[in-house]
Amino acid sequence: MIRLLQRDIRLAIRSGGGFGLALAFFLIVVVLVPFGVGPEREILSRIAPGVLWVGALLACLLSLDRVFATDYEDGSLELLATAPLPLESLVLAKGVAHWLTTGLPLTLIAPVLAVLLNLPESAYGTLVLTLAFGTPALSMLGAFGAALTVGLKRGGLLLSLLVLPLYVPTLIFGADAVRRAADGLETTTPILLVAAITLGTFAVLPFAAAAALRVNLR
Amino acid sequence: MTTPLLSLSSVACTRGGVTILDNVSFQLLAGEAIILRGPNGSGKTTLLRTISGLQPCLHGVIDAAPDSIAYAAHADGLKSTLSVAENLEFWAALFGTRSIEPALEAFDLHSLKHRRAQALSAGQKRRLGLARLLVSGRPVWALDEPTVSLDKTAVALFAKAVQSHLEAGGAALIATHIDLGLEAGTLDVSQFKPDKTEVGAFDESFL
Repeated sequence: MIRLLQRDIRLAIRSGGGFGLALAFFLIVVVLVPFGVGPEREILSRIAPGVLWVGALLACLLSLDRVFATDYEDGSLELLATAPLPLESLVLAKGVAHWLTTGLPLTLIAPVLAVLLNLPESAYGTLVLTLAFGTPALSMLGAFGAALTVGLKRGGLLLSLLVLPLYVPTLIFGADAVRRAADGLETTTPILLVAAITLGTFAVLPFAAAAALRVNLR
Repeated sequence: MTTPLLSLSSVACTRGGVTILDNVSFQLLAGEAIILRGPNGSGKTTLLRTISGLQPCLHGVIDAAPDSIAYAAHADGLKSTLSVAENLEFWAALFGTRSIEPALEAFDLHSLKHRRAQALSAGQKRRLGLARLLVSGRPVWALDEPTVSLDKTAVALFAKAVQSHLEAGGAALIATHIDLGLEAGTLDVSQFKPDKTEVGAFDESFL
C-alpha cells in the first residue's frame, strides 16, 4: 500500500501539474474574487472564509476524475485488482495520494492567499486547521465518486454532480468554523464536526468504493 | 495423483448479459500448459477474466488456491513516465518479490532498464508487461494473447520463460493464435458455445 502511495506521488510529480493544477486554480479564484466584488475591505473580510473554502473545494474537485481513470485506461487497474492488495487498501492509498498532492498543498498555501482577502488575523489558525481536517474528506469522497464513474467516457461531469452534494457538510462546518474564528467566537464544535465527517468517510468509503470498482471492472 | 492447480467444473461465463460459454470443465495440473483456441469473440478473454476473479461466473465452480493466478491482459498496465525498472519494482513490491533481476534477464530488458516506458516500442512494452508475471511469483499464469507485437526472438524468449515456469511446477493457460512450440494441450473454447443464447436476469449487472 505504501508502495502504491509512493508510485502515485511519483507519477503526480513526473507528469508535471500534479501539485500545480489545484494550487494554480485556487490562486486564480482567490485573486479574481476581489476584482469581482470590489476592493472594500469590510466586504472582503466578511466573505473571505466562504471564498477560501469554496475555492479549495473546487480546486480539489479538479483533479478527481484522474484518480482511477489513468489506471483504468492503461490496464493497470485490472492488474491491481488481481494483485494481493485488497481493493479497499487500493482505494485508501489512492485517496491519501490525492490528498497529499492536492489537499495538503492547498492547506499550506491558504494562509498566504487569505491575506489577499483580508481575513482577520484571529482566523488564520482555524483556517489551516479546518482545511487540514476537512480536505482528506474531500479526497476520500472524491475517490468514491471516481470509483463509481471509472468506466465512463467523460465521467467528469457525472462525478462532479455526484460528489458536490456530498461536499456540502464539510463546506458548511469548515467555513463556519473560520467565520466564527474571524468574529472571535468559540470554534470547537464545527472543527470537531469537520473532523468527524473526515473520520467517517475514511471508515466507510474505502469499502463502498471498492465495491463500486468491482462492479465497474466486470 | 497430484491435485490440480486450477480446476473448472461446468462453468458458465457471461459478457454483456449474454452467456457465451457454458459447461466449461477442465483441469490444469502443475507443470502443464493449456492453449486456448477459438475464433475472435468465442470467449477466450471472458474465460480468462472469470478465472482471474475479475468477473463472477454465472454458475459452476472454479477451484484454485487463493492468490494463485497471475493475469496478463491485452493492456500491459505500464506507467509511461516511470522507467522499466521502476515499473517492475512497483509490481515486485506489491507481490512481495525481492529481486527484479531474473525477470529483466528472462525478457532481455537489461539494456532498457533506465528507459522510460513511454519511449519503448510496442514489442518492448509487451516484454515488460510479461516480465511482470515473473515478479508476481504466482503458480498459475492466465495469459491473454501474450505474443501480440512480439518478434520471433521475443516469442522464443517468452516460450522459454513459460517452459521454465512449467518446469518449476507452475502452470499456464494461454489464449493465443500462434504456435509457441510448447508441449501443451489445446482447448478449443468454441465447443463450449451454449445451445441457446440465454439472457441473464435484467438486473444482473447490479448484483
